[in-house]
Amino acid sequence: MSQQVNPTKLTVALHKLTSCSGCQLAFLNQGATLLELVELVDFKHFIEAGLNHPDEKVDLAFVEGSVSTPEDLKRAQQIRQNSKLVVSIGACATSGGVQALRNMADGNAWMQAVYTRPDFIATLATSTGVAEHIKVDFELWGCPITVRQVNHFIRQLLFGARPRPEAEKLCMECKRRQLVCVMVTQQAPCLGPVVRTGCGALCPAFGRACYGCFGPSEQPNCHSLANRFAGLGLVPREIAQRFASIHSHSKPFRKESHHWQAIEVKEIE
Amino acid sequence: MAKQRKIALKVPFVTRLEGEGALELSAKGDTIDKLYLKIFEPPRLFEKFLEGKSYQDVPDLNARICGICPMAYQLTSVQAIEDLFSIQLPDHLIQLRRLMNLGEWIQSHSLHIHFLAIPDFLGFESALSMAKQHPQVLQRGMQIQETGNALMTLLGGRSVHPVGLQVGGFGRLPELANWDAARQQVDQALPAAVELLRWTASLQLPDYSHDFIWVSLKHSEIYPINGGDITTSNGLTLHYWQYPDHFKEHQVRHSTAFYSLLDGKDYLVGPLARLNNNVAILPDSIKQLVNDNGLVFPNQNMFTSIQARAVEIILALTEAQQLLAEPCPTGDAHLPVTPQAGECCYCTEAPRGMIYHHYQLDDEGRVINCTIIPPTSQNQARIEQDLKYSVKKFGLNNSDDALKFFCERVIRNYDPCISCSTHFLEFKIVRK
Ligand code: SF4
Ligand code: SF4
Repeated sequence: MSQQVNPTKLTVALHKLTSCSGCQLAFLNQGATLLELVELVDFKHFIEAGLNHPDEKVDLAFVEGSVSTPEDLKRAQQIRQNSKLVVSIGACATSGGVQALRNMADGNAWMQAVYTRPDFIATLATSTGVAEHIKVDFELWGCPITVRQVNHFIRQLLFGARPRPEAEKLCMECKRRQLVCVMVTQQAPCLGPVVRTGCGALCPAFGRACYGCFGPSEQPNCHSLANRFAGLGLVPREIAQRFASIHSHSKPFRKESHHWQAIEVKEIE
Repeated sequence: MAKQRKIALKVPFVTRLEGEGALELSAKGDTIDKLYLKIFEPPRLFEKFLEGKSYQDVPDLNARICGICPMAYQLTSVQAIEDLFSIQLPDHLIQLRRLMNLGEWIQSHSLHIHFLAIPDFLGFESALSMAKQHPQVLQRGMQIQETGNALMTLLGGRSVHPVGLQVGGFGRLPELANWDAARQQVDQALPAAVELLRWTASLQLPDYSHDFIWVSLKHSEIYPINGGDITTSNGLTLHYWQYPDHFKEHQVRHSTAFYSLLDGKDYLVGPLARLNNNVAILPDSIKQLVNDNGLVFPNQNMFTSIQARAVEIILALTEAQQLLAEPCPTGDAHLPVTPQAGECCYCTEAPRGMIYHHYQLDDEGRVINCTIIPPTSQNQARIEQDLKYSVKKFGLNNSDDALKFFCERVIRNYDPCISCSTHFLEFKIVRK
């Protein structure tokens, strides 16, 4: 991130591509701190909040949503041209989101199945993260991203610090919270050992396995975890499904999922 | 002649909606020949990618249909599947689900009123630009919204895509400290909500009332969120299983969201439809507030939707207060689950209107196929009909800017949550 950003009044745009709008709520759900935030930064474009200036030049553009239509692609390119920094927010923008599950299937056949007239609808064969199409300066993972992530990121910029990605494993956060490990005590197929921290280890706190909504952590050893799942009694199809969820199109999860998908279970007569 | 002017107006986005959308209108003199609410859905194909997924994964994936009412999608699938698996929840879990549901209504309605609707009434482009001049209005809104979020977090861990809800109950029960904190927050929000209702009642609302059908769940004992019959203002009372007999979807060229019609006619779902159908069942204290503020339901003025939302916020906070006055529940957080093959369906009331889900599962509880009908595709035909009526009455001789603003306001009354089906809408007027 080499560009200089004016630390006094950052101009900000928030763009939406293919998404559920959930990550935008990290802005709109801020409560009173939103009023502080608008003192610090100047929102130029944020449709849901009422600001509609998509082509204005800004210091910082947040992009929510994946690239899944020709229109998304065009907009992503425009955003790059108009913004000093581009930050993708959420699973959709970082790895294609849940809608990227179609990348593993025959997307066209799916369209035919859902729509009587798929020809009315312009769509790409795949749903992919923004960085597959344009240069992205920073990524905030999470489905959804949190208020804390957004504010931390903006404050770092305002202080002239270089934001650092949080990529340590969920397991670490879970241990720090002194939660009981669901894999050890319940044999639950938890993705915590390969998933990025950021949610506060929510699922284990609810006594359930992490399903990976914050995406792959740094150096994830997916294969060894998958083998552990097999040891817990999961069949290959189920192991493939564990990795084919919110971040199915992220490289490590995709690889693992494909690996187990390819394995047939042979019934022994 | 001025009346015959040709106008081609193109506005890329209707703002202050959840999701993005457009409108196309072409007119010649007094005649509108085309009026389309355009929803270009980048199809997310939920109904396809759910195929093969386990019933355990369905609620987590379904949440991602909409960031503002994730629980509604989770719960509709959970309820349908619990029906199929013959799971009868004990009372304390039913109450906790209701509490979480109420939280979602509070949060979604408050977001709509304060971020999406109020700038129209106070003459601002956005809630953010209102902050300096009307800090108290915005702060009140945020207080209420945060209370809704807190209730969802109490039971679901977070308010967007909560993780607590599962087939068979919850992951865990709330902790006492959080239970008490939520009660205090609700106690404080309730007077703010009463104030909000009074404020919405003082607004000068336009009136473009006309005949239309409204549809919601209706229950004999309790304001319906989850449970009750599908009830239409033209006299039908239906069980969920009968939904496909009367409600049919079709596709049109200009929109990627499906159009849903009731026996061939457009209809309304959402807070006004609900309140119109269920006003008799409101607690007396709230009926009194409605009367004292000079509000009348049922009515057919879509601009009163903001008031209907405010009434439902009070209802939700009042009920939440009662539920939280009970001791923090103890006991099992969930029941054991044994998957079964078969078909199931369910309807619940999302904040923005009725949702219908249908599933076919195999004997391991994996999805064979499913249908999910969100509120927006049900309201889409109605919004267009409303616009056709209201725009004419408003006057096509108004300036393009005035027309555009008027149309946007009409659309915002419905609070269509476009991303649940879609994402990109464009406003275009062609006058020949
Ligand atoms: S990442 Fe998740 S929460 Fe964010 S927009 Fe995508 S689906 Fe919604
Ligand atoms: S524990 Fe995993 S699945 Fe659950 S909220 Fe955190 S990252 Fe998401």
